[in-house]
Formats: sequence, C-alpha cells, structure tokens
Amino acid sequence: MFRRLPDPAGRIPFDFEGEPFEARAGDSVAAALLANRVLTFRTTPVSGAPRGPWCLIGNCHECLVEIDGEPNRQACMVEVRAGMRVRRQRGARVVPD
Amino acid sequence: MCRREYDVVVIGAGLVGAAVAYGLARAGQRVALLDEDDATYRASRGNFGLVWVQGKGVGRPEYALWSRASSERWFALADALSEDCGLSPSYLRPGGVSVALSEDELGDLDAKLAGLRHAAGTAAYDYEILDSARVRELLPACGPEVAGGAYTPYDGHANPLKLMCGLHASLVARGADYVTGARVEDIRPLPGGGLEVHSRRGRIAGGKLVIAAGHGSKALAAQVGLDVPVYPEHGQILVTERTGSWLGFPTLGVRQTDEGSLLLGGSQAERGFDASAHARTSRDIALRALRTFPCLGSLRIVRTWGALRVMTPDGFPIYDRSRTHPGAFVFTCHSGVTLAANHAFEASRWVVDDRIPEEMACFAADRFDVPQAA
Repeated sequence: MFRRLPDPAGRIPFDFEGEPFEARAGDSVAAALLANRVLTFRTTPVSGAPRGPWCLIGNCHECLVEIDGEPNRQACMVEVRAGMRVRRQRGARVVPD
Repeated sequence: MCRREYDVVVIGAGLVGAAVAYGLARAGQRVALLDEDDATYRASRGNFGLVWVQGKGVGRPEYALWSRASSERWFALADALSEDCGLSPSYLRPGGVSVALSEDELGDLDAKLAGLRHAAGTAAYDYEILDSARVRELLPACGPEVAGGAYTPYDGHANPLKLMCGLHASLVARGADYVTGARVEDIRPLPGGGLEVHSRRGRIAGGKLVIAAGHGSKALAAQVGLDVPVYPEHGQILVTERTGSWLGFPTLGVRQTDEGSLLLGGSQAERGFDASAHARTSRDIALRALRTFPCLGSLRIVRTWGALRVMTPDGFPIYDRSRTHPGAFVFTCHSGVTLAANHAFEASRWVVDDRIPEEMACFAADRFDVPQAA
C-alpha cells in the first residue's frame, strides 16, 4: 500500500508494541508505522473504535500513540529516534495524581 | 427572490434563536430561522458548556430563579432533543463547585451565596460551603492552594456543540425552515399586521418576529424601537487532550466533558470586536487551573479559542416586546446554554401568546433608560 521512494539515508531501529521495526532517517513516527503497514494507531476514548492517521499535519489527533511511556503523542508530529518505544494509544490516557 | 410567509420569523440561529425556534416548532408554529454566516461573531460556538446557577442573580433574584428553573427544565430539553433528532446534548447535573484559592475567596463565596439564599426567601437556595477537607472529598485532585469552595446541586454541564446541532436538527425535523446566509438588512411592519424582513436570501414575512441575533441584535432592535445595549465581552477557552474521567463535578474554571477533554476557561475581558485568542489570557487561565488541579500540568493543550459573550450592562438577559412594532420581540443573554431550556419551553410561549408575563417585566430593555447622574 505505501511504497518507499528510493532513499540512501540510514535505517533507524525502533520498537512498536514490543516488536522491532525499522524507519528511515527523517521519518515521523506516523510515516514509519504506515510504511510498516500499521493502520490502527489507537482506539478512541469514547467508543473504542480503531483509528489511524488522517491529516498527517498535526490537526486531527487521530494518530495518537504512546511514545517512550508518554501517552497521547501525535505520531505525525514526532520524528523517529533510534530505540524509541512506541505503543498504541488504547482509549483515554490516565491522569497521574 | 421569493417571498415566504410564516407565523414567526426568528433572526439569529445561535443558541437563543434556535431554542426559541425549536419551542415554536414544537408548538405547531410555522417558523423560519434565519442565520447569518461564518464571518459573524458566533458566541454560541465558543461556549464553555456549563448549565450554571450558582452565584447568579445577585441584585436580581428573578434571574437566580430563572436560571434554576432552566437547569430543572434541561432534563426535559435533553430528552426532547434525543427523541426528535437522536442526538443527546449529554446533559449531566451532578451539582457544581466554585473553588476558592484563598480564605478571602472562600469568604466572598460564602457572603454571595448567603445573600442569594436570603433573597430567594421561600424558594430556598440550597448550597454548601466546603472547607478544605470537604472540597477534597468532592474533588480529590485539588492542589495544596485550594482553601475550600462552594457547592450547589443545581449546576451541571452539557456539550454545547451537540446542543446547537440537536436544536437545529430537531427544529428542522419539526417542520421549521432553517435559512443560512440570510443576513437581515431591514425590518418593516406590514400593513394589516405582521412584519417583513429584507434579507440577503430575500424577503421573508412573519406574523411575529423574534430578534435573537446576539451582537447583531443592537442594530436590529433599533429598527423596532428598542434600545438593546449589548456589548462584546471576551472569553477564552483552552482544551486539553482527552483523558479518563477524574473530575466528578464541573467547576467555574475547569470542567471535564463527557468525552474526556478538560476545558479551562473563566476569563473576562473587554476588547471590542476582537475574538482572537491571546497568549497572556491563556497563561492566566492555565495558571489558575494549575493552582486548582496541579495534575493538569501533565496534559497537553490541543486547542484554544476566543469568543465574545453577548453582555448587557447589568449582566442579565433582555426579554422585551416592541411597543412601536407589534409582534416583534428581542431576546438576548450571555448564558445561551444554561437558559436554553427556558427559551425552548417558556420564551417560545410568550411569542405564541404575544405577551411577556408580568414577572419577567424586570428584564425589559428600558431598565437601562436611566439618566446618568451628573
């Protein structure tokens, strides 16, 4: 479905739901996940419906994931770094006391 | 340009106009609801969403009673809208808390609510002043600066956009005509009774006319001989990412929506017709919210906006009927969510009956016609 343009830049390892994934340098988390055929990034807080990126420019908040333990990050607005741990955002985040 | 005839033409499709039009449609009236366009100052789309009674009506006990009656009627409104269009405005009434960040603020709350209870007389006015321990029972997330608060059982909240959408869908379902892009330029009485408005969508005639045009009401009311001195008061809202439910009661400055977002607000400023969001105001709102609930510090703000309340000099609504143009009414207020149920079920009846009840006479516009002392 998504195919990479030829790109000489290096590969960046990261982790999604505990599995090893690979991104290209400069990828947003959203781009990297889509290139790895991940479509469901989160489930909604209200109905639990599965969702994935829609606008890819920071407006729609459909691409929320947990990054290195921080919930509700916009995957399209964060650049992948080596060793990053990414998980799906499942429903509403919890507010720490 | 076609000319259409209705029992009632309502100018203004915000929360006030839409609620009145909905009530009229329910009463079997043929209604046209005229909306302007997205370039106008739409207070109804910038709302915080409280259905709030606490503290309202100082110096005007009728307003306290009126607000309270609407919070009671809101259950019926929510049911009616769900039934008519399938969209619930998510009304909840757990009661509301005003949070005090100092002993002085707590004293002010106490004095204000004692005064309202005294003024309410036999109607009673149920409230509880919360000490430091009690406020934490209701709101465990309170920070160390919270000195106490006040609780009244009459307060609640709703989703103002679902309310707006629900009113529009329901009034259309009940046969009213919603006309968008219909900025009204001119109002003329018709020979033989009724009024005709000249709008950008043509001439529209009605036996009666309701002006509920928010900031546009001033100029329109002048055409039917009423002086309606409304002015814009700036308010601003910050919205956080959605979270699981942790705030059990709406407060004046912070509430959690049914879908999990936290809304932070409560600002008041006079800036004329400037509805933009201001960084300094955002900072003040966020600081007060953080002092109240420090856990908010872990949340991202995802949206912020400004809007212009339709304010009167004394802060109370205007409900009036033209003496020079029979059948023409003006309704305006800054609490379109709180009062929506009254407007749908009560104010619409005044239009049908062609009279505003005696007990509402204190809300006539001529209360502002007082010569200024030299």
